[in-house]
Amino acid sequence: MSELLTLISAALLVVGSFFALVASIGLLRLPDVYTRMHAASKAGTMGSCLMLIALAIHATDVGTMSRALAGVVFFLLTAPVSSHLLAKAAYAVGYRLHSSSVMDDMEPGDNV
Amino acid sequence: MISVAAIFDHAVTLALGILSLSFLVTIYRIVKGPTLPDRILGLDMLVAIAIGFIAVIGIKTGYTLYVDVAIALGLVGFLATVAFARFVLSRGKTEDDIIAEAREAVSVARREAKAAAKARSGGGLGGMEVRPAAGKTSERQDNE
Repeated sequence: MSELLTLISAALLVVGSFFALVASIGLLRLPDVYTRMHAASKAGTMGSCLMLIALAIHATDVGTMSRALAGVVFFLLTAPVSSHLLAKAAYAVGYRLHSSSVMDDMEPGDNV
Repeated sequence: MISVAAIFDHAVTLALGILSLSFLVTIYRIVKGPTLPDRILGLDMLVAIAIGFIAVIGIKTGYTLYVDVAIALGLVGFLATVAFARFVLSRGKTEDDIIAEAREAVSVARREAKAAAKARSGGGLGGMEVRPAAGKTSERQDNE
């Protein structure tokens, strides 16, 4: 049983770090702030949450486990809020979307 | 047959390596910019990767106090991003951003011109024509 848990924890570690790598490659390759935000806030959050869950599975005592899971919940709650605020601020100030963007629902002048 | 402990050790090493690579990639984006929100986003991503890194270190060393460090770092990262977002809002757009956007537009236009030149010569005469045409286009763009 404990061997199975160790293997699950190892798998979660590798998958989580892979998610973090994908997020940072997205940060590097995507064309503008808004698309980069889509990569960083979803895949990045997923990656660090998976690694914290791996820690929770690996831990032997309940205290560590619950703290790691509390960290996961906290991170899942705050990451969307902060990136939404940043996107809203960037849009309000006037950083433009990349020219290959297909549509802009917040464009001023078409508030139907 | 490899033992479970050996597999776990390899997984931890692999995770640390991949996380270091993503640290480097993210730092490249922070240094390169081009605008302030890009850099703030990179810092946010850096905090997320650091939390994962701390979790892996906590597993590797078995020192469970690292979990509290990860939670505290997440809190600080969240507050920093919120504060930076307010700062972007109150600062507005500066000349640097406008210059960066113009530079990016130029590079996009250059790439499109290059692709168009390639398509034109590729459809017409074939291989030999491609490189001179593309070079000429990009030189003209440079002079402007």
